[in-house]
Amino acid sequence: MLQPPVAQTLAQKLIARAAGRAAVMPGDIVNCKVDLAMFHDSSGPRRLKPMLEELGAQIWDKSRVVLVMDHYVPERDDESRQIVRIARDWAREQKLPHVYDSQGICHVVVPQHGHIRPGMFCVGGDSHSPTGGAFGAYMFGIGSTEMLGVVVTGEIWLRVPHTLQMHWSGELQKGVTAKDMMLHMLGRFGMNGGQYQAVEFCGPAVQALAMQERMTLSNMSAELGAQVGLIAPDATTASWLQAAGAPASDLRDWHTDAGAPLMRHAFDAGTLTPYVAAPHSPANADVVGRYSGTRVDVAYIGACTGAKLDDLRAAAEVLRGQRVASGVRLMVAPASQQDQAAAQKEGVLQVLLDAGAELFPTACGACAGYGETLGDNTTVISSTARNFKGRMGSATAQVYLASPYTVAASALRGVITDPREVLA
Amino acid sequence: MRTHRVWKLGSDIDTDVLAPGHAMKHGIDKIAAFCLESVRPEFASQVQPGDVIVAGPNFGIGSSREQAAAVLVKLGVVAVIAPSFSGLYFRNAFNVGLLLLTCPEADLLQEAERVTLDTQDLAVISGAGRRLACEPIPEFLLDMVRSGGLLNQLRIRFGKEPVQ
Repeated sequence: MLQPPVAQTLAQKLIARAAGRAAVMPGDIVNCKVDLAMFHDSSGPRRLKPMLEELGAQIWDKSRVVLVMDHYVPERDDESRQIVRIARDWAREQKLPHVYDSQGICHVVVPQHGHIRPGMFCVGGDSHSPTGGAFGAYMFGIGSTEMLGVVVTGEIWLRVPHTLQMHWSGELQKGVTAKDMMLHMLGRFGMNGGQYQAVEFCGPAVQALAMQERMTLSNMSAELGAQVGLIAPDATTASWLQAAGAPASDLRDWHTDAGAPLMRHAFDAGTLTPYVAAPHSPANADVVGRYSGTRVDVAYIGACTGAKLDDLRAAAEVLRGQRVASGVRLMVAPASQQDQAAAQKEGVLQVLLDAGAELFPTACGACAGYGETLGDNTTVISSTARNFKGRMGSATAQVYLASPYTVAASALRGVITDPREVLA
Repeated sequence: MRTHRVWKLGSDIDTDVLAPGHAMKHGIDKIAAFCLESVRPEFASQVQPGDVIVAGPNFGIGSSREQAAAVLVKLGVVAVIAPSFSGLYFRNAFNVGLLLLTCPEADLLQEAERVTLDTQDLAVISGAGRRLACEPIPEFLLDMVRSGGLLNQLRIRFGKEPVQ
C-alpha cells in the first residue's frame, strides 16, 4: 500500500476513499464503491428493468439509488407515456425510497434534496452528472449498461485522472456569470480539452460564486470533456446543504493539497466579458460583442445548466418592468419545482411573465430535443449547455448559447445584446 | 485477413448525430435508422456488417446515451478509428461491445478504402499496407469487447447464457 503523506489532489482523495485505499496515483485503474447512483426515466428503468429481469439480479442497495422523471415528462405521445409508465411502475414495484417524479431536472432536484454531499462518490445516468462536483463529490455520467453493472454490484472501475486546475482570480463584473467563465474556457480548450481528466475550479472568483453558479460550472465540465468538474466544498456549500436538509459533512479533507501533481491554468475574472457560443458547438465561443446585433426569434431559459433560481433571478433583473421585443418568443422552463416556487414567491416569475415569457414544465424540455422542439430556420439564444446541430429540434435551427443575463437582454432587444448595456 | 470498408467522417461527431433526440424514445432498431442522418444520410441504409468508421478528433462528444454506440453495433460496424474520443463515449462503446481504436494517424485513411485490423497489437493496416499504430487499451476492456459487452459478462456472472 502507498503511504498517504504524498500531496494529493481533491480528485485523488475522493477516489482513494471510494476505492478503500490510502492514496491513488493518476493512471491507476481502481474499483470504487458507489455511494449514490442516480438515473432518469430515459436512461433508467426503461433500460435497467429488462436487463435486471433477464439477469435475475437485484438492486444492490435501494437506499443508494435515486430515480428522477425529467426527460419524457410531461408525456406527449404514446412512446413517452410508455417510458414514464415503466419508470413509475418499476419504482412502485421495487419500493424505491428516493423517487422524484416531474419535480424538475435530476442534476438540480437531487442536490436540492440533500442527496449529494462532500466526499461522496456518485454516478449518474446522464452526461451532466459532473454537476455533483460542485458539492465536492466525485460524480460522473455513465451509460445504461454500465449503470446496470453499478446497480447489481455497487461498484465501478475508474482510471485515476490527472487534475487540470482552473484558477480564477479577481472578481466578476456585474452581468458576467459562471456561464461566461465556462464558455470562455470552452473557447480556449475546446469540447474535449478536459481529456476525461478531473477539472477543478478554484480561486477567489470561484469561491465567491453562489452554490447554483458553481453548479453551472461543474455541469458544463461535461462540455469540456472532463470526467468530473470539482469545487472544494466550503462554508457556501455547507450552508446550502444545510438548507437542503442534508446531514452535516466533514469538509476538512476535501481539498487539493499544496504541492499535489496538477496542471494549473490561470484566468482573471475581472477582465471577463459576457460570452456567446455560436452554432453548432459550445466551444465555438467568443465575446458577446462578436455576435451583437444578430437577430433572434427565440430566447430560451431552460435546463439544468441555465434555469435554476439564480438563473431566473438574473433574467428577471434584466427584464424587470419591460417587455421582450416584438416577434421574439421568450420560453422559460425552470429547472425544478422548488426553484419555480421560490421564483414565484419572490416575484421573479411574475417579472418574467409580465415581460412576455411563456412558462414551460420543469423538465428537460427543448434542451435535449425530447420535449418541445424548435422549428426550422429559427435563430435561438439559449441558456442551455449544448448547441449541436439538430439537438434542440430542427437541423436548420441556429442555436447560440449564453448566460441567462445575455439571453434576457437579447430577448429584450430582439438581437444578441451585451447585458451590461441593459443593466447599466 | 478480413478487410473492412471505411466510412470517413469529420471531427466532433456528437452523440446527438449518432442517436438523434427525436428518435430516442424508440428502441435501438429504430434509432439506428436515423444514425448520422444529418451528416451522412445514406449511412444507415448502406453501411454493411464488417464496415468501420474513421473519424476526426473528439468522436462521441455529448450525451451519456449509450445508444450512440449501440446503434453502430446494431448496424454491424466493427470499430471506430479516430485520433480521440469522448471519455464517456469510450466507456459506453466497450460496454456495448464496440471496439474504439485511438489512432493518431487516422486521417491518412480514405473513404471507401479497405483496411485490416490488428486487434492483438492494436493497429490499422491501410489498403496500401501502411501500419497505423493505435494507443494501448487495458486488457479487461478488450475482453469486454470480445465477450460482446458488459451485459454478456454480467450474464455469465449471473449464470445465464451470453447472447451473440
